[in-house]
Amino acid sequence: MLHPMPYFGGFALLLALALCVYTLFSGAISLRALSTGRQLRVPAENLRETARRAGIASFLVVSCAAFALIWAAFTNDFSVDYILHHTNRALPALYKFSALWSGQEGSLLLWSWLLAAYGFVMRVRDKQDATLHAYASTILSGIQIFFLLLLVFAAPPFAIAPGPLHADGFGLNPLLQYPEMVIHPPMLYLGYVGFSVPFAFALGALMMRYPGEKWIHITRRWTMVTWLFLTCGICLGMHWAYAVLGWGGYWGWDPVENASLMPWLAGTAFLHSVMMQEKRGMMKVWNVWLIFVTFMLTILGTLLTRSGLVQSVHAFAQSSIGDWFYAFLVIVFAVCLFTFFHQRDHLRAENSLQSLVSRESSFLFNNIVLLAACFTILWGTLFPVLSEYVQGSKVTMGPPFYNRVAVPIGLFLILLTGLGPLLAWRSTSLRSIRRNFLLPCAAILSTAIILMITGLRPWNEAGSSTGAIYSLVCFSLAAGVITAIVTEFLRGANVIHVQSRRNLLSSAILLTRRNTRRYGGYIIHVGIVVLFIGIAGSAFNQSKELEMSYGDSLQIGSWKLVCETYSQDSNPNYDSDYALLDVFHNGKKVTQLAPERRFYNASQQTATVVAIHSTLARDLYVVFEGRNPETDKPIIKVFLNPLVNWIWIGVGIVIFGTAIALIPPLKPGAPSSTTALSSSKVGEEPKAVVHA
Amino acid sequence: MPKRLLHIALLSIVCFAMLGAGAPSTRFDALGHKLVCPCGCGEILLECNHVGCPDSDQMISELRTELSTGVPDSAVLNWFVVKYGPTVLAAPLRGGFDIVAWIVPFAVLFLGIAGVVLVLRLWRTRQSRNALIAPAPLDPALRERIRRETGYDSQ
Repeated sequence: MLHPMPYFGGFALLLALALCVYTLFSGAISLRALSTGRQLRVPAENLRETARRAGIASFLVVSCAAFALIWAAFTNDFSVDYILHHTNRALPALYKFSALWSGQEGSLLLWSWLLAAYGFVMRVRDKQDATLHAYASTILSGIQIFFLLLLVFAAPPFAIAPGPLHADGFGLNPLLQYPEMVIHPPMLYLGYVGFSVPFAFALGALMMRYPGEKWIHITRRWTMVTWLFLTCGICLGMHWAYAVLGWGGYWGWDPVENASLMPWLAGTAFLHSVMMQEKRGMMKVWNVWLIFVTFMLTILGTLLTRSGLVQSVHAFAQSSIGDWFYAFLVIVFAVCLFTFFHQRDHLRAENSLQSLVSRESSFLFNNIVLLAACFTILWGTLFPVLSEYVQGSKVTMGPPFYNRVAVPIGLFLILLTGLGPLLAWRSTSLRSIRRNFLLPCAAILSTAIILMITGLRPWNEAGSSTGAIYSLVCFSLAAGVITAIVTEFLRGANVIHVQSRRNLLSSAILLTRRNTRRYGGYIIHVGIVVLFIGIAGSAFNQSKELEMSYGDSLQIGSWKLVCETYSQDSNPNYDSDYALLDVFHNGKKVTQLAPERRFYNASQQTATVVAIHSTLARDLYVVFEGRNPETDKPIIKVFLNPLVNWIWIGVGIVIFGTAIALIPPLKPGAPSSTTALSSSKVGEEPKAVVHA
Repeated sequence: MPKRLLHIALLSIVCFAMLGAGAPSTRFDALGHKLVCPCGCGEILLECNHVGCPDSDQMISELRTELSTGVPDSAVLNWFVVKYGPTVLAAPLRGGFDIVAWIVPFAVLFLGIAGVVLVLRLWRTRQSRNALIAPAPLDPALRERIRRETGYDSQ
């Protein structure tokens, strides 16, 4: 039976390509005519409007293509090669939906769809500045054309499977059959793709020599939302790796993981440095290149992991579309470079740094450290290729490299996270340094001493003492940063409390509402520090492995696991082996865990389902590794991972802080801010200090 | 007084650091974490969790054998490099060009920080020179007008 959906989807992609080409060319011609004053046969404004509408239509058409692929998955249309290789009849509906992004072609379609969705929102909200939006829309359509060309010519998702029609599909990769995998890739892609928007605005503003910093103001929310999506995407990926891969960790420094972290670091640097442009009209060249680099890193990351240039465990995403990405990257870089040289005189700074000890210089150092971290990861990812070129042999850049190199840089970053907010704009006096830094320094020292008294002595660690030293430094710095931030909150809240007689909590809330961006940012910093505390706990991970039959027990730390039973189960999608383990802590039964190992029938692959007993202090992480072929006994591996929950709590705080920062601040005349009008300066940035 | 407090704190840190110092680290654990399982899983040798992995069990027993001979760590790692190739090391440790891998990130960080300090000093020098020649800061009214015309303040 002939299924019409693949043809409908294929046609939709072609139509979307045509619409985007029209948006690009009509947009470019109309903007050229508007900037030079040249008369066209059609009024330039009308042509610009048709380009905008074509861009909007392209979203609807790409949505049709995405819908066609999802429909094909739900109707088991195995005439489509992609559906044949990524689904099967017994696959649960949730994973049929996620099949859209489980392979090369589908994930490119998702990318294109999300890009079209971002473009749709941007084009609909063009009232702020029609010309700047038109520039951004034209640039965005150029990016969209690249992805649609890939979908039409290099990786068509609606290609028909050769040979006779199959009765069932080959199934979805078992590692992807996990609830988080339904949201992790879209989140990550929302993050990747989202950086196209600030990039398009930055390039457009530079092309049209846009006056002022309005493009930054327009793109601030875009950038923050994008950054939030990328943060959530990365952290969901970490949680997925932790809960599914069964090696007891959440970050393996795999090239695919690195590819997502690089734009995150560059984007974080951009979010910080744009504040200098907004506040002081500085760093214009730096900011423009930061967002260019961030966008190019999203493309480079995709190139690295899909071209086969570097080895990755994410083999399901590899293919031969690398040349397309090389070409696109070169074009993007050339356009950025040409535009920059053509318009560089427009980017003259209005102010310059006055002191090494100021908020501006702390932002600058923060940027340098973030970019150094980004470079380190890029370097570590590409060094095997370089080594092969120079020495003729590849090397492995595994966790030991990153732990030695990236961790110290990360610790330096935590230090700056605490220092920066304590410094004033322009210049900070010695007196203010002494006043602001006393408490955080005391917190750092006292935490270090308390930790050593209570037993954290890196010099005594049996394994790697470097990890324990880093942890000690991390915990101490974290205490300092949190103290600094809490002090900042309390100082502002206390002024409101004194003047308006509100309690301290509602004063702190009012303070935050008055300057959501600043205090939301502080909350994000707290989240990042809490996340780092969780990561630092990994220096004290323990693990044990044992063949366990009925009644056997395994002791790890103060925890004891007793094998109650082990059994088998089966359903149309997979067969499973599982063990039931009673968990005792200090002799008292706490819970029962059931680690599982599944065999997926369609794909003929196995996957682990880890059982985790999670507390704030530690995770008891149990893996059913399989059965010993000789004894047929199940092999159970247990990890005791301290502080892992702090990572997920930290992510929650980051999300909360970002949401706060996205809320518009209270206007001076707003009812809830009028009660303390006399303290209207509270919550504003620290003023510059003039030296005597 | 603050100086004395600082001295006491530093002394305390040193004292607590010395308590019970000197326990030997486990060579097996340390070396096992410097090697990668060559089966293709890309995991650290002692963390490879594949039942029936064709390589990890054999490699772990080879590591124990090598350690029992009493040779230094570098010789043990060299033995594995000769047998399995340089990719068996979890990080480049062979010397020569491998050292570049470790140096470059720190060099970039150092150059970046040095660059910032240099730029800062340059700006300050230029600023003081400009102040002597002609005090012509950007007109705040012009900046305000640009903001007004572009609707910046209305956002």
